[in-house]
Amino acid sequence: MLKRFEAFAAILLAAGSANAASKLNVVATTEDLAAISREIGGDKIEVDSIAKGYQDPHFVEAKPSFLLKLQKADLLEVVGLQLEIGWLPPLQTQSRNPKVQVGAAGYLDLSQFCQILEVPTGQVTRAMGDVHPLGNPHYWLAPENGRRIAKALRDKFGAMQPADAAYFAQRYTDFDQRLTAAEKVWDAKMAPYRGRKVVTYHESWPSFCERFGLNVVGYVEPKPGIPPSPSHTLDLINQMKGAGVKLVLVEPYFDLRTPNSIAQGTGGEVVTLMPSVGGVKEITNYFQLFDYDINLLANAFARVK
Amino acid sequence: MSYRGMTRALLIAPLLACLIAPRLGAQQDNTELLNRIRAMEQRIQALEAEVTALKTAPTGGPSQVVAQSAPAPAEPTPPPAQIAERASETPANIGGASGAAAKVFNPDISLIGDFQGAAGNHGNRYTPSLEMHESELGLQEVIDPYVRGDVFLTFGEQGVGLEEGYFTFTSLPGSFQLKVGKMRAAFGKVNTTHNHVLPWIDRPLVTQNLVGGEDGIDDAGFSVSRILPAPKGIFLEATAQLFRGDSENVFSASKRSDVSTVGHLRLYRDISESTNLDLGGSYARGQSPFGTGTNQLFGTDLTLRWKPLRRAIYHSFTGRAEFVWARTSAQPTALSILGALLSEAPASSTAKPFGYYASGEYQLGRRWFLGGRFDQSERGQCLATNPASSGCSQPTTLSIGLNPVTLANDKLLRDTGGSLLLTYRPSEFSQIRGQLRRTAYGDGPVANEVLFQFILSMGAHGAHPF
Repeated sequence: MLKRFEAFAAILLAAGSANAASKLNVVATTEDLAAISREIGGDKIEVDSIAKGYQDPHFVEAKPSFLLKLQKADLLEVVGLQLEIGWLPPLQTQSRNPKVQVGAAGYLDLSQFCQILEVPTGQVTRAMGDVHPLGNPHYWLAPENGRRIAKALRDKFGAMQPADAAYFAQRYTDFDQRLTAAEKVWDAKMAPYRGRKVVTYHESWPSFCERFGLNVVGYVEPKPGIPPSPSHTLDLINQMKGAGVKLVLVEPYFDLRTPNSIAQGTGGEVVTLMPSVGGVKEITNYFQLFDYDINLLANAFARVK
Repeated sequence: MSYRGMTRALLIAPLLACLIAPRLGAQQDNTELLNRIRAMEQRIQALEAEVTALKTAPTGGPSQVVAQSAPAPAEPTPPPAQIAERASETPANIGGASGAAAKVFNPDISLIGDFQGAAGNHGNRYTPSLEMHESELGLQEVIDPYVRGDVFLTFGEQGVGLEEGYFTFTSLPGSFQLKVGKMRAAFGKVNTTHNHVLPWIDRPLVTQNLVGGEDGIDDAGFSVSRILPAPKGIFLEATAQLFRGDSENVFSASKRSDVSTVGHLRLYRDISESTNLDLGGSYARGQSPFGTGTNQLFGTDLTLRWKPLRRAIYHSFTGRAEFVWARTSAQPTALSILGALLSEAPASSTAKPFGYYASGEYQLGRRWFLGGRFDQSERGQCLATNPASSGCSQPTTLSIGLNPVTLANDKLLRDTGGSLLLTYRPSEFSQIRGQLRRTAYGDGPVANEVLFQFILSMGAHGAHPF
């Protein structure tokens, strides 16, 4: 009897030690957060993500297969500012995982560490379209916010897995240095085009445009989340002609028909910029996201003069 | 008061300069004058100290300034850097948040209006030509770190009902989830779905005939569910529910022991990133409202969804079918009474109707959806449906021995219907839908109808489970 108990205890202990050695299981709602998590966590954490980089992050289906990911997560990283409001809450509720519920230690809203633009100050109603009442959630498109996210993750991972805190700190320092170096390259490439006016499909780019000195003068959508209308498109074409705007920046998940006709009407060009890591195959990390978009933009500006 | 002091200091300083300079130059030994000058100097120093105090502590209350100015120790003006440092020491926020912040703990409130209309001949099931069919008020909030609450009240034109009101325990060990309250039972897909998320205006014939229609199996009780271990990539979930046993036209409880049970097994798998398959099996059992004995329902459901992620907001397809078999204790028939007399058991009969529907919805563009549905369902001629069917022929009453026995018409009728739907969604928060419906009722009439619906959503309505 005693032997049997000892054997049972040994199994329990073995299971316990196996758990202690296991890696932090991180689930990020977007591939961008997952990419930065990999930069900081390296091989000391497991990272998975939900929304694909080429998918509209506002409209993700709350599939049960995502529940399986959340069920095992130690940490859920969210973009916040209601970007995931249409699909994440039912997943959290059904995940049966107390660690990732709002307010729990394994729930991390990264918007709280970042500079957020377009926070509405006056009255907000849905007559304004599908506005985000807490501010623009596409904030990861400014490298400085990427740095802030990385720093927050360094602290979070370190707190949750203290044995590897030094490792995470070292990887953050490395990420920070590489980002500083990369920013110089991106700045140099975009320098000739600072102050240029552009039009974007959705309000996805305020952080990116502010950082790289682009001036967004209009949107293909008449209001956020409202599909383009003929009259708005005509107004936009006239506005672009008047202001000499040549580029229409479009996210990969929007239909190109209206942007193409706008480009035709103005003699400009449509540029499909990637708002997220994983938007195309070659963008596998946070640096490649900016490399890709900035190369595309610089080439497009050079073509349209 | 302090600003007046500053002004006085500014006025006195040049005055003094004018007064003092000639007199000092003349070397007049006028002690009285010197005393007055000293007094004035002291006063100037006091005023200077007051000005400094004002500069360094802009948010300090006036009482502080008065206290400092009284003894007037001549303090040298600090360098600007020091002032800045002191200023930064003052707290950035004084006082708490405004009164509105207290409302942060109010639940998410939403109201979904469902306006419906119908035209054409209704066969033997009447629905009004125009009605504000229901207004669903949703109150949803996380209650504490362990529980969340969801309450949905439905206001019809006549009265109010509690469609659902339940608490979900999200932090149970062992991957269990517990729901307590009144809820739509996990019997198939349509039964769990609120009106405004259905892909049709009405509910299919099988639901109307066998599963309680619009209200469905919706009862007070417990629900326990668990995600079961399954091969990689498969989501397997089992749900067991216990209810009081009252659901109009499905179950009725006259005793406390007349509880009803519902079980559901769900299997889901992603076939690719854009396509997935969802299969379910359901069982429900309770006391029959139509006769002595039980009502048992067996169901299977199958859903195929396709949504290409790159164009997810423009194109999608959902195909779904549900099959329901019922074993309903009904009023005794002549045959069953004969059997009962022979076996000395209580007389009752069992009706075994079957029904199903198959439907599809294709998203044509960002705002347009085209749908179709074929449905067929049997019903016992005198079993109640929702909406109610007319045409149950008068039951016969037999006098066998002392007690008269009512004999039911045991014939099963088969209703068959088809619908074509077009839906327009101006935004995420509104929807306009039209439905052409043709129904051939088993007892004769054929109904051709046009239905239409406006759904409008206000407030923060939580997303529905997939």
